[in-house]
Amino acid sequence: MSGHSTHENRHVVSFKTYLATGTALLILTAATVGVSFIKLGGWNAIAAVGIACLKAILVAFVFMHLLYDKKIFLVIFSVAIIFLTIFLALTMFDILSRGEIYPDYEEPIEKNAVIYKKAEPAPTGEPVEDSTPKNH
Amino acid sequence: MTSGNSSGHRAHLAHHFSESSQQSESARMGMWIFILTEVLLFGGLFVAYTVYRSANPEMFYNAHKHLDIHLGTLNTIVLITSSLTMALAIRSIQLNDRKKSIKLLATTFALAAVFLIVKYFEYSHKFHLGQLPGKFYTYTGIEGSNPHIFFSVYFMMTGLHGIHVIAGMIAISWVMRITIQGRLSSEYYTPMELTGLYWHLVDMIWIFLFPLLYLIG
Amino acid sequence: MNKIPEVNYLNADRGIKSWLFTLDHKRIGLLYLFSIMAAFLLGGVFAILIRLELLGPGKDIMEARTYNQIFTLHGAVMIFLFIIPSIPASLGNFILPQMIGAKDVAFPRLNLLSWWIYMFGAIFAVISMSAGSVDTGWTFYTPYSTTTSTSVVAMTLGIFILGFSSIFTGLNFIVTIHKMRAPGQTWFRLPLFVWGLYATAIIQVLATPVLGITVLLLILERVAGIGIFDPAMGGDPVLFQHFFWFYSHPAVYIMILPGMGIISELISTFSQKKIFGYKAIAFSSLAIAFISFLVWGHHMFVSGQSQLASAIFSFLTFLVGIPSGIKIFNWLATLYKGKIRFDTPMLYAFSFLFLFTIGGLTGMFLGTLATDVHLHDTYFVVAHFHFVMVGGTVMAFFGGLHYWWPKFWGRMYNEIWAKISIAFTFVGFNITFLSQFLLGAKGMPRRYYSYLEQFQSLHGFSSFGSWIMAVGFIIMAIYLIYAVFKGPPAGDNPWGALTFEWRTTSPPPKENFKETPTLTHGPYDYDKIIPKRTI
Ligand SMILES: [Cu+2]
Repeated sequence: MSGHSTHENRHVVSFKTYLATGTALLILTAATVGVSFIKLGGWNAIAAVGIACLKAILVAFVFMHLLYDKKIFLVIFSVAIIFLTIFLALTMFDILSRGEIYPDYEEPIEKNAVIYKKAEPAPTGEPVEDSTPKNH
Repeated sequence: MTSGNSSGHRAHLAHHFSESSQQSESARMGMWIFILTEVLLFGGLFVAYTVYRSANPEMFYNAHKHLDIHLGTLNTIVLITSSLTMALAIRSIQLNDRKKSIKLLATTFALAAVFLIVKYFEYSHKFHLGQLPGKFYTYTGIEGSNPHIFFSVYFMMTGLHGIHVIAGMIAISWVMRITIQGRLSSEYYTPMELTGLYWHLVDMIWIFLFPLLYLIG
Repeated sequence: MNKIPEVNYLNADRGIKSWLFTLDHKRIGLLYLFSIMAAFLLGGVFAILIRLELLGPGKDIMEARTYNQIFTLHGAVMIFLFIIPSIPASLGNFILPQMIGAKDVAFPRLNLLSWWIYMFGAIFAVISMSAGSVDTGWTFYTPYSTTTSTSVVAMTLGIFILGFSSIFTGLNFIVTIHKMRAPGQTWFRLPLFVWGLYATAIIQVLATPVLGITVLLLILERVAGIGIFDPAMGGDPVLFQHFFWFYSHPAVYIMILPGMGIISELISTFSQKKIFGYKAIAFSSLAIAFISFLVWGHHMFVSGQSQLASAIFSFLTFLVGIPSGIKIFNWLATLYKGKIRFDTPMLYAFSFLFLFTIGGLTGMFLGTLATDVHLHDTYFVVAHFHFVMVGGTVMAFFGGLHYWWPKFWGRMYNEIWAKISIAFTFVGFNITFLSQFLLGAKGMPRRYYSYLEQFQSLHGFSSFGSWIMAVGFIIMAIYLIYAVFKGPPAGDNPWGALTFEWRTTSPPPKENFKETPTLTHGPYDYDKIIPKRTI
């Protein structure tokens, strides 16, 4: 059996590469813990997620062989990330702008509209009849 | 079809495939699509997390201090190491070193167990204090509005992840079994490879959970 | 004279076990077909009950609470048990591997598991009916769904389980289309039904997990009171709507895309003409799949969504019209100067073109911010989605069923009864649902068991139409089942079609083809070859 490919000519990643990746992941873990103790305001969250993404990329590309395997797998994984981003972004877009509902409605556009004349009965031609459903 | 004897190099080839590379690529592709569905499953929880953290930033900061950062870091190291041993186990089987592969799988399994034990201590501590999700929340030491929401999110995310760890352990022990039985070799190691992909996914999700829950700066 | 091949997939193995544990995609397709038809019958009974209650204002045959349960069951059964799995899991399962010249799908055991999970999930849904069935509507909106005393948990657990079956089918199909194509079966020689299934499968694997987590959160909310959707505990009930519609809007395209694929097959075959704009139709399926994930906010125009978000979601919703329009115009261009034959499947295709166009265009009314405020939650919405779901998907499904029925069984149904049946269905459908557009525009709200006197005539009209439609379906059931046993042998290629599945026998042998076929022409090359019809 040859050292660096299997019978399907699959790439065998070297021991060194795996070890280096593992070490990098541990260093990044230390980094993310360290950064969290520094007061950076909003940048804390960005640093945390940024480092996590970096670690995830290392895992996906080396441990999960995305770098060496069929490119279609990379496409599938990217599609997952893209659609998750869409889900997150469009939901947050609504959630964060919820407060700004219909600013126009604070002031009626037509102040003389019928609905604002509460005291008087509606002067319409429609017969105001009993509108409750009749039970059989 | 895939089970049974290991003699004859096409023994693992199912009847509807014409080549073993076609079969193993199909299997990996299926696994990647499964990973995609897992990403979106957890994605829902990440969205919920983002929504509630953005609504209660102070409370999330106050509540996260009640998570044990040491245990969290320990568990991160444990999972990353287990991912490394998993990758090395596959490398060993690729090189037809079955014994080493089994040892590495056993290490991975043990590390997964360590992760769950640590998680158990964290959980029981929180149960003891009443830092529980939603209506079971009885703790009073956290300032800010609706601190139970943080623990709802915490328990859902880590709980779903924990279930995945358990599923991973079952898969790893099964792969270990068939490796010991001699059914895997450099010719055919798809089950181990798929289990590996799954296990790295579990690791990857924890890589995000850890800073989001334990390290709110 | 045509003959049924002596050994085929139907009689290769015998006994009930050989069906329940089969790994043959054709048999699994049929298992799915029987299951979803049972669901269709159940949902249909609920539909008739709804229309009976609405025959007159006030109470007719049931209490308001019962009515709420019945329309919920109608929606949940029709959507989760019938229409989502309908075309992909039954017709798709049977035909897809044959269309690409494969022996089976990539993962036959996963395929069988998918059906078993479907049955398991269906059992939960049925159990929920016996124990105080849900009255929330099929959408399970919070906070009502977390407070009602009915069995929300059993039903949503059923849906959670059903989700896995949908995911497994989608996963299987994607890998099958990528990896199992026969020599010569290149991407741009794939029949358009395969493209439709491919786009559908992508949505299934991307959207269904989100439904899973949504109902899981709902169950946890009910069982463990996690407070995520409860405003009293700092939760956000509208977040549920975001979660739900991130799945359920794309799910609308899980329903319609495979239907569109069938229509492409039917129109080309029965016009004996090369399909117009093959690539445009193929890519428009993918475009619809992509855009479908960007539009879900159009369900929340009146749920306190900001104006800016609403405007953007409205704009994105309009984009769906482009690929849908591309398809419609390409089909019309295919018909132009074609040698059109009015066999039953083609009549279903025409019904689809007519009804789906109405359904699609009224969707534009609802996607428009200003008109939606008026039409939201009225019968206009009900009419719109029934035109898309029944006029679109169900018409395409039955078109495909008639088209491939002789392939399934090797026997032909009675053409005259088939035409009578579709006449009933088509007329009944329009009577039922065109009147609901009028009701909605006049302000009749949906989901009420009673209504004002002024809506009486239109409601009566609608109920009357539902009976005509039911007659059409009953006739169909009779002649289709009759054909299985007593129909005349249909021959290998009854319609003179060019796609792969017609090159094997009817019914096909166990592994589809005697030997792996090689494709030498495109699926619609009617300008080069016109195969002889065997009936
Ligand atoms: Cu929608």
